[in-house]
Order: sequence, then structure tokens, then C-alpha cells
Amino acid sequence: MQRQVALIKQSLFDQGYLDDQFIELEELQDDANPNFVEEVAALYFKDSPRLINSIDQALERGSFDFNRLDSYMHHIGASKVKTECTMFREYCRVGNAEGCLRSFQQLKKEHAILRKKLDHYFQLARQAGPKEAARRSK
Amino acid sequence: MTLAESKLTALVVDDNFVNQTMHHKLLDRLGIRNDVVCNGQEAVDVHCSGRNYDLILMDMEMPILNSIQATKRLREMGIESKIAGVTTRANEGDKKEFMEAGLNDFREKPLTISKLLSILHRLDFYAQT
Repeated sequence: MQRQVALIKQSLFDQGYLDDQFIELEELQDDANPNFVEEVAALYFKDSPRLINSIDQALERGSFDFNRLDSYMHHIGASKVKTECTMFREYCRVGNAEGCLRSFQQLKKEHAILRKKLDHYFQLARQAGPKEAARRSK
Repeated sequence: MTLAESKLTALVVDDNFVNQTMHHKLLDRLGIRNDVVCNGQEAVDVHCSGRNYDLILMDMEMPILNSIQATKRLREMGIESKIAGVTTRANEGDKKEFMEAGLNDFREKPLTISKLLSILHRLDFYAQT
């Protein structure tokens, strides 16, 4: 089971869904906070939909206040999602509304995929037990 | 490298819950007692209440009172804490304006243990053991 968890984690890195920041978060886990990474991911998926929704509403209104859109977008992280954020922000910078719309649709897809993959990963990691979840003692 | 117990205190100023959690935990891991506030106004208010910190980690983009205004206000109040700006935006113009507001250091997000240690060393806070 732990091998399966490790393989899934590796594949998330290989596919570009995770980067070194995930490892940094894992390094912060200890016996006192054995699920720290999952808690941060949960916070992220609680917070990021609000930002995505704000952008969605602004774009639906046809409001291309590029500074405001850029401001919402800069908070949305996570590796592959971040790539789309970067592209969106570049389109904002040059005032390309069509580019913004296109990259935003792609961002929403990547965000949904990431959520699904991480949900699956953390579910397995929990089943695998505390050896995988808690990486170090304090 | 082992990390020594620290008697330092820090204030995390960031409107993003994920960043708040991560920076709080990073500081905890280095044994640095820390508080978290959500915007520049709260950072000013907490100092007006009499609290003081050795280090302030100041996110650049925040609502209500942004980082540049908050940093200027703190310096005008005579706050001599070391202030390190953190941001995902890194163009030179923004960085210059932020530094000129009164920062001691500047780092791009995401903060990591090594970046935080680098800040502490640069600001003459921390000795490696």
C-alpha cells in the first residue's frame, strides 16, 4: 500500500502536478502535525475556488479590469495550475482578453484534475497509515 | 545541521490562508514564536496594542492597507523590527518601491526553510549549530 502511495506521488511529480514545494511541506510534518500537507491542500481547495469564482464572475460580466484579474490570479498556486496562472497574468499584462478567457478555461480544468488526484492520493496515504503520513518526529 | 531553540518572535502578515499556515509552520519549525495577521492594517494595529516582534514577514499584496503603506506606517511609528517582504510578484519596479518603503530584505514566494534561514542570517538573527 505504501509502495502504491509512493508511486502515485512520483507520478504526480512526473506529470507536473506537484513540485518541490510539496516536499517542503512534507518536511514540516511531524508527530504533532502528521497530516500537515493534507491540511494545507484542504485549505488551498477551500480558498482557491473563491478566487476562481471571482474571476469567472468578472469575465462573465465582460469586465476586463486586467489589474484586478491579475490580482485575483496571483494567489492561485499549485504547479500546473500555476503555469496557467502565469499565462493568464501575461495575457492580462498585454491586455489580451481572448487569451485570458482561453487560459482561464484551461486553469479551471487543471484545478479540477489536481483536486481529484490529490483527494485520491491523500485517501490512499491515510489508508497506508502513519508511517507515510508523519515523516519526522519533532 | 541541528536547529537551536530560538527566542525570536515574528509576525506573519498575509491575507492568504495557505500562506499564513505555511509561514506560521515554517517559523514554528525554527522555534520562532509567531503571530499571524491578515492585512497591513492589522499589522499596524497589533503594534499599536503594544506588541513588538523581532521579524515581520510582510506579504506584498493585501487588502485594506497594502504592504508598502503598512511598512511606511510602521517605520513612521518608530518600529525598528526587521521587515522582510515576500511576494509572488518580482518585477524590479515593485521590488524597488517595496524596499524603499522600509524593508530590510525581500524574497520571492514560496518561502521555504532555506529561504527563511537565509533571511535570518542576512538580518543577523540566527546562528547555525
